[in-house]
Amino acid sequence: MFLFTYLADATSNMDLGALGKAIGSGLAAIGAGLAAIGAGLGIGNIGSSALEAMARQPAEAKEIQMNMIIVAALVEGTALFAIVICFLVL
Amino acid sequence: MNQKIKIIACMLLLIIAGNNPMQSQEVNAKKIILSHIGDSYQWHITKWGHTDIAIPLPVILISKTGGGFSIFMSSKLDEGETYKNYKIASDGKYSDKIVEVNAAGAESRPLDFSLTKNALALLINCTILVLIIMYVARWYKKQPLAAPKGLVGAMEIFIMDIHDSVIKNVIGKGYEKYAPYLLTAFFFIFVNNVMGIIPIFPGGASTTGNIAVTVVLALCTFFVVSISGTKHYWIDKIWPDVPIWLKIPIPIFPITEIFGIFSKPFALMIRLFANVMAGHAIILTLTCLIFITVAKGPAINTGMTILSVAMAIFMSLLELLIAYIQAYVFTLLSAVFITLAREEKVKKVEVN
Repeated sequence: MFLFTYLADATSNMDLGALGKAIGSGLAAIGAGLAAIGAGLGIGNIGSSALEAMARQPAEAKEIQMNMIIVAALVEGTALFAIVICFLVL
Repeated sequence: MNQKIKIIACMLLLIIAGNNPMQSQEVNAKKIILSHIGDSYQWHITKWGHTDIAIPLPVILISKTGGGFSIFMSSKLDEGETYKNYKIASDGKYSDKIVEVNAAGAESRPLDFSLTKNALALLINCTILVLIIMYVARWYKKQPLAAPKGLVGAMEIFIMDIHDSVIKNVIGKGYEKYAPYLLTAFFFIFVNNVMGIIPIFPGGASTTGNIAVTVVLALCTFFVVSISGTKHYWIDKIWPDVPIWLKIPIPIFPITEIFGIFSKPFALMIRLFANVMAGHAIILTLTCLIFITVAKGPAINTGMTILSVAMAIFMSLLELLIAYIQAYVFTLLSAVFITLAREEKVKKVEVN
């Protein structure tokens, strides 16, 4: 309830263009948050399988670690596509 | 114990005393961050008291409306002044770029070849890279069979690690042709990333965080991959070895393959650009937190300062790791694309 009155207060004197820009900025922030969720899920999956593989065969730990970092960089690249778009809107 | 009681008492007094917030100027965090990450016509170092200490850089322009060739120092355009019909536009389509103002007041953009902050940073970083590599190479020429130590030994480990585990491993036979380009790409990206993290001159200009630099790197990979493509590779793009209905009425697979030719270097470009720019933006935001909380009194400001410094140190170390990883991933993926382009036709074996 307080959130609505605060938002109404803040936007009551804006014209349509500024209001559009404000909504765009808000949605960009939500988009960046969703991108962070995607990156977190992806890298969490990679980390979990890598750790499980290292636990099963400790002799291969170094090889597995290098591959884990490479795949993590690729997944992070995908999440950062979304961040770039959000930056453009912001 | 006595010491701790004194500290807690002082903090409580500060919270009470700092309860009337000071009047401070509005901190526009977005403008600060964008001005540090972006390009500019002068290299701004710091503000000592009320004077800005900045290195003015040469501005080189060719006017499209007949004004001719101009070259002058960017200090003539400080604070929105106009020099010879040129000024830095403050807002609009060409904001923060040099525009030419004609008699009617309309702005147009001349051909801009200025040595901007990012261009000067690229030159400095290339000089550093060339000096290091030439020193190492000359050391080996003078004593080819000696065991290196110090800088030469460290560079040997670095170079041979990339050379063996990435280039030789991925490309296989015939890797010698591509090793120079891939090693250059790796060290160029690595040196530029690391110099972007160092906050004082000559570091501090995020060159790889500028999409123009990464697009050129991606174009270089695109040309190397396209030129080293065998006939089989290109035939596979237009007429791939897939069932006929995916090709004939609507060429679904050829369109996907051709889209892939452009989307793979595009992904290389965006990955490097976004990683470096986001990292720099985060470090700058954490540092700006100190200035944003100044208005809220000394107790909160002290707490946020300690937190902000700790987070900024952590983010800087993470940035160092990302600098190496992004250079490694760029080189690895370029090597993979080159290998895919060089593949020869596999003979089909009839199985009875």
